Formats: sequence, structure tokens, C-alpha cells
Amino acid sequence: MRQPVGHYPGLRLWTALFFFFLYAPMVVLVAYSFNVNKLAMIWGGFSTRWYVKLFTTGGIGEAAMNSLLVAVIATCFAVAIAIAAALVLVREAGFRGAGLSNALISMPLIVPEIVTAVATLMFFVMLKNWIGFDLGLGNIIIAHCVFCIPFAFMPIRARLQDMDLALEQAARDLYADAWKAFRFVTLPLLMPGVVAGAMLAFVISLDDFIITQMISGPGTTTLPVYIYSMIRNGITPEVNAASTILIAVSTALVTVYWYVSRPKKT
Amino acid sequence: MLRSTTSNWFGVAPAWLVIGIFGLLPMFIMLAISFMVQDPYGGVEWGFSTEAYVQFLFERDLDDSLILNTIYVNIVARSIGLAAMTTILCLIIGLPVAYFIARQPEDKRNLYMLLITIPFWTNLLIRTYAWILILTRNGVVDARLQWFGFEPGTFDLLYTNTAIFIGLVYSYLPFMVLPLYASLEKMDFRLIEAASDLYASKWQAARHVIIPLARPGIVAGSLLVFIPSIGAFIAPELLGGGKRMMLGSLIYFQFATARNWPFGAAVSILLMAFVMIALLVYARAAKGQGLPAGGH
Amino acid sequence: MKKLLIALAATTAMATAAQAEGELNIYNWVEYTSPEMIAKFEKETGIKVTIDTYDTNETLLAKLKAGGTGYDVVMPSQHFVEIMVKEGLLQDTGVGQMANYKNLDPRWQKPSWDPEAKYCAPWQWGTASVAYRKDLYGKELTSLKEFFEPDEAVKGKVQVFKSPDEVYNMANIYLGKPFCSEDAEDAKAVQALFEGQKPFVVTYNSENQNDNLANGTSIMANNWNGFSMRARMDSKTDIHYAYPKEGVVGWFDSACVPVGAKNAENAKKFLDFIMKPENIALQSNYARYSNAIAGSEAFMDKDLAEADELKVPESVPVKFGQACSPAAQKLIDRVWTKLLQ
Repeated sequence: MRQPVGHYPGLRLWTALFFFFLYAPMVVLVAYSFNVNKLAMIWGGFSTRWYVKLFTTGGIGEAAMNSLLVAVIATCFAVAIAIAAALVLVREAGFRGAGLSNALISMPLIVPEIVTAVATLMFFVMLKNWIGFDLGLGNIIIAHCVFCIPFAFMPIRARLQDMDLALEQAARDLYADAWKAFRFVTLPLLMPGVVAGAMLAFVISLDDFIITQMISGPGTTTLPVYIYSMIRNGITPEVNAASTILIAVSTALVTVYWYVSRPKKT
Repeated sequence: MLRSTTSNWFGVAPAWLVIGIFGLLPMFIMLAISFMVQDPYGGVEWGFSTEAYVQFLFERDLDDSLILNTIYVNIVARSIGLAAMTTILCLIIGLPVAYFIARQPEDKRNLYMLLITIPFWTNLLIRTYAWILILTRNGVVDARLQWFGFEPGTFDLLYTNTAIFIGLVYSYLPFMVLPLYASLEKMDFRLIEAASDLYASKWQAARHVIIPLARPGIVAGSLLVFIPSIGAFIAPELLGGGKRMMLGSLIYFQFATARNWPFGAAVSILLMAFVMIALLVYARAAKGQGLPAGGH
Repeated sequence: MKKLLIALAATTAMATAAQAEGELNIYNWVEYTSPEMIAKFEKETGIKVTIDTYDTNETLLAKLKAGGTGYDVVMPSQHFVEIMVKEGLLQDTGVGQMANYKNLDPRWQKPSWDPEAKYCAPWQWGTASVAYRKDLYGKELTSLKEFFEPDEAVKGKVQVFKSPDEVYNMANIYLGKPFCSEDAEDAKAVQALFEGQKPFVVTYNSENQNDNLANGTSIMANNWNGFSMRARMDSKTDIHYAYPKEGVVGWFDSACVPVGAKNAENAKKFLDFIMKPENIALQSNYARYSNAIAGSEAFMDKDLAEADELKVPESVPVKFGQACSPAAQKLIDRVWTKLLQ
């Protein structure tokens, strides 16, 4: 049989090695969540004590919930905003203000985190003092949304560039409704970019510590803030346990998704 | 074309609203801070001063005369070099993977993407600790080697430059692979077939067809890896041993331990200016060559 | 009838105590607030406690300076108490007049950072020095010279804190220089000492000293006493905490009430509460650091009360870090940045 078109030898092996590299630390992390020793990095024997502690004391669980809530909402907003902006900035690249808009969107990427953190904190305090604007967890969501937008935007823009306009044009002729043409033609074509952008935005929000810590108020501790505050008194395998649960839940969700979305073989 | 200027603005308005208000306005505060007077205990006092910018290049001698000081320039140069190296490594590792995934059946592609991001649902610090466990003396690898009679410490990469790169590449790989995939996925594989007929070898086909097609993804991915990794400091500190300061640590140090906010702000403003200018130059060059604009 | 009414009112009051008594928002490091002690406080007072966490004194200062944090109790270290008082960020709680203030060990009454006992109640304290693997080092570490100007034997095996706060003061102690000196010559001497030490250093890091000591990546490492004690107990290796003859650097965290705290009265109740020996002992048992309340040893775990790490030998001076002037801070900053350039 002839080799499929565009096949390169070693690609599969390369990808396998890539995933090995990606998951090797995960295996270590999961293994050490069962470490009896309080010193996170010295193996002392098998135990489930950290899982028990996780479920019996609050703190870390609450923080994880806060993190997920913030990440999901911020990602949704960031993706919607990024799609709208990318459609304009790629297809109407000539319009006045396109250059400035592009620069604005990549700005949050460029600013060092601590600077964003301090500046945003001062800004929120000003807003609170002047017009009483204070949304609690909402403040954190807004701040996350800001730095998630470029991460959602870049893959979507890359996807849009060089994309064939003919289909959408045909659809518009058929439906004569811009929204329907977008919903049924453009968006599906755009989907890989949207998914990639959403995942990056989600991951970047879930990981943020410096900015969140600066602007958080009472009762809004997120998982990274919790974890970094542990440094002073030593990080315990409890964090590994929490991470393991997060990985397990996400893997379970992915598996379900995989079975549901699988095309039925005829 | 399709839309009027008004509806163009309508499309970018949400981005302007969110980033403009909650991202750009605070940056003006930062710009102002960089020209204010340092408050001894963190924060700033009213007053105008360019001391922070002077401090970046010069230090004051005891008699207050200025001497050229390359400490900060060194730190900036090192950080940019490290970020460039990280970007290149991510690209080399990520491009074949993105290509492989793009060629999978449709139902498998999203699964692969999810598999790439799942490890990043865990915290950066915890991932870095896992790498310490792998790289350290008596660690996961070293201990296994000892079973085969090797001396303890045979495998000990912790606190080396290799460890820094492993940590940085690991942290930023998905930010390269996902955009690459997003732009490769739409590729028409008949093109490669045609190219295979045209060019003598597959590698030439790759050079002349795949890479140009992946270019928007390469640009997007490189931006998402290069810019954030300039400010990265967890991997250099925890895996590299922190013997040499990075730009990220320098700025953090100024805001925290040194309590010199104007200087921290000034370094950040200079960094932002540098990156913006680099992007502008790139965009100009790209326009001239018909490359996809990096975006400015 | 009247009695019945009063009884009824009392029962209702107790039932709704949680709401009526309100809330208390504590801002502290993770694993640094005993849940047992908080539960006891909630039960005794009916106040609902929320705990949030932060990573450094600097973060706390930045947030308090920006204003409007919403926290009622914060736990700054001694030099930050000084700064916060100077900046007008802390409330006068009249802690000296509280019922339980008399329980304080006389040594800790009216400390230099709160000389009139107006602001803060003591929380935990400890020292920063050098921990080492006695089995690998082969002898006892008795002088800071062995850390700053080490033998060839420990080349590439010395671990130093990643920020200058404490290690700069250790250098000052070793060189006999005053803390927070504004004299450039003093800074130069410290600089030379650090530069000489650098070839021996494996890493500048304040996070995994315990792991590195346990697996032999480092033989001596900057460490805090409570942290070092935990390393000895958890790793079962020969880790010792040195009390060098020149002295050690002390740190002292206090519970303070920021200006603008919504639940200031509840915060004061908390300050009084933690000055009772049996209460603060719960805290020490949990965080495993010393406290400043006389008589709390009786309620403390035996291994903790007897640990060598927590007992400072009579002959070794403990010097507490201070808030430095901008000029002095700038020198420290320059020395450190130059070292790591």
C-alpha cells in the first residue's frame, strides 16, 4: 500500500515522546500525593492521609472551587470578545484603528504580572473609593478576563488568517442573515481555533497567582493563592492530592466527552 | 468590503471596553508611578523624578556623579536570550506534534488537544516541584539508576541550565502547539500531494508548503511563548538555582523586597516599550514581504 | 414572668449568636492558623471566622497601603509592624490593657516594634540560621564563618535564602556591622563576603532547603528553626539547626488590626483570646513554632516543648530585623542585585 500523503517517518514516535514528556511529571505528582511524609519530596511510604485531610478540612477545596468558577467565566467572556475582535481584525485588516486594536489586545501579554497586579489593585481601589465599584470575586473575574483575551485571540486569529471566504459568502447569499451565516458556517470553520484559544485562556486563568492575590478580598482565595501561601510553612502532599483530583475529574470528563462525541460507525 | 467601519468598531468594542478600562488605564497609573518619588516603605510619594530611569543605566557614586552600570542591561539581555531559546525549542518540538494531530481523524483531534492541556490544570509551582523530583539527586530517575548499581548523584540535573530549559519549555509548550494546530488543521493535504510531485523530497515539500501554511500559527505561538517567558522566573529560580537573576525576578524584587516601586515600574515600562517596538518592526517587515502581520 | 422572658431572650440570643456576633476575617499564611484554635474561638464567642492567605509580608503591606482590603486581623512580622505603624495602617487596639496581656513573657512585653503595647498581640516567633547535615559535614557548626567562608569540603553544597532580608542581617552579625547601615563601606564588606561565598553556593532558594538537606544536594542551608525541626522529624536524617556563637536573626509575627477593619471589636476579642496560654498552645502545636505566652508550655506537645531547635542557648544573641531607611535599603538592594547579576 502506498504511504498516505503528507506522511513523515517518526512523527508518531515524536508525538509519543512529546506526550511522555508532558505526562512524566504528572505521574510523579500523582504518586507523591500518596506519600505519607509531610515533606513533599521525601518518600515515606504509601498513605491516603492527604486525601482524608483534603475532604475533612475546607480551605483548599473551597479555593479550588473559586479557581474553577473564575476560570470558566473569564474564559467564556474572553473567547467571545476574542472572536468578535479577530473577525474584524483579520478580515478588515485595513480599517483605521486595526493596528491600535491589535496592540491593545496583546498588551496584557507584555506587562509583567507583578506590574499588572499592583496597577490593577490601585485601579480597583480607586474605583471603589470614587464610585463604590466592588464586585468581590467579580473583580478577579474581570482582571482574569483581561489577560485571558490575548491567549484566546492568538489561535483564533491564526485560524482565521488565510481562511477561505467563499463559503461564508455563499452562505450569506443563501441565508441573507449575517448571524446565521456566522452561526452555521463561520463558527464551525473557526472551531479548532476557538477550542485552542479557550483551553489556553482556561489554563492561564487557572494558574494565575500574583494578580489574583493582589486584588482578592476576604473569602476569595483561589487555589494558586492557597498553594503559594504554603511556601513559607512548607508545601505538603495535600496539594498533590488536590491536583490529582483535578486531573482525575478532568480526565473523566474528557473520556465521557470522547464517548459521547464519537461518530457512530455504520 | 463586507462591513462598514461602524460595525468594525462594534466588533472590537468589547475588547476595547475590557482591556481598555481594566488593562490600559491601570498601565497609565504605572507610567505615572515610574516618574514619582519612591516612598521608603513601598508605594510612591507625589513629586516628579526621572531617577528610576537614570538608575536603569547608571549608578550614583558617593559624590553623586553618574557611572555607567550594566547590571540591569545584563539581566535584560539574559532574559531575552532565554526567552528566544525557549521559543525556538518549543517550535522545534511542537511543530511535528501539531502536524501529526492535524492529520488525525476529526474526532480524535479535540481529544489530543485536551490531552495536551490537562497537565496544565495543575499549578505551575506543583508542576515545577514534580520536575525537581525527577531531576534531583536521589530523585525519581537517580534512585532507579541506583538499583542498577550506579552511584547516587549519577543523574543530577537540578540547578543546571538544562533544568531551566526543561522547565521553561514544559511550561510553554501548549502555547506553541495549540495555535500551530489551529492553523495547520485547515490545511488541504492535496497541496502536499501536489508538492510531493513537484519537489524531489518530502523535506522540501515541508519547507515550501507546510511551513508557509503554518506561518500564522508559528507567529501566534511564538508571541504566546516568547513574550510571557521573558518575565518567567519560577523555573530559573527553582530549577536553575536562582544564582542569576531574571527580569521577572528583578521586577518582582523591586516591588517586594526592595520596595522601590518607581524603579520596578520603570523597568516594566522599558520592557513593554522594547517588546512593542520589536513587534512593530516585525509587522513592518512582514507587510513588506507579504508575511502575515504579527499584528501591529 | 420576667425571668422567663429573660431566659427566652437568652436562648434566642444564643441560637442566633453566630449572626448576632458577626464575623472576623483573618489574613494569614497557609498552615499557620490552627483550625482547632479557631473552632474554639468560634464556639466561645459565636463569631464566624473566615481565613484567607497570602505569601509575603510585602504583599500584605502593598494591599494594606492600597486600602480597603476588608481584613480584620493580619499577621505581619516585626519589621513590618514598624512600617505599618509609621504608615498609619494599624489600629490602636490598646492591647496592653487587655485582660490577658499580663500572660506575656516579660521578655516580649512592649517589644521595640510596639513599645507602648498599643497595636499587636504576639502570634509566633522563631529564628533564622543555618541547618546542616551533621553526618555529612562531620562536625558541629559553631560559627557563621563556616557558612560564609566555608571549607572546600562543602563546595557546591551550601544553600542560601533567595531574598536578602535575613541572610544580609546574618552577614552583618558575622561582620559585626549594625543592621540597616547607611555606610557604603559596610555594604562593600557584606558584598565581598557574599561574593566570596558564591562559588560554594548550590542554590539561592528559600523553598526546598529541607528536601535538599535530606537528599544531600546541600550539606548546609539557610533555614528557620521550626522548619528545620520539621525536616529532622519528617526526614529521619541527621539534620541539625545551628546556633552559631555570633548570633542568629529573629523574626516575630504579631496579630494586628488594620485601620478600617469592619469587625474591629471582634478582632480585639481575638487578640485577647490568643494571649491565653491554653489557646496559643493549640496554635504552637499546629504551626510548630514558639509563642510568647508564659505558661503555654504546659499545654504544648512534648516533642515540641523539648525540641532543641526552639531553644535558643543563653549565650547566643537573637537580633531582630528592623525596617531600614530607604538609603540603607538601597544599599542592600544593590549588593544583592550585583551578586545575582
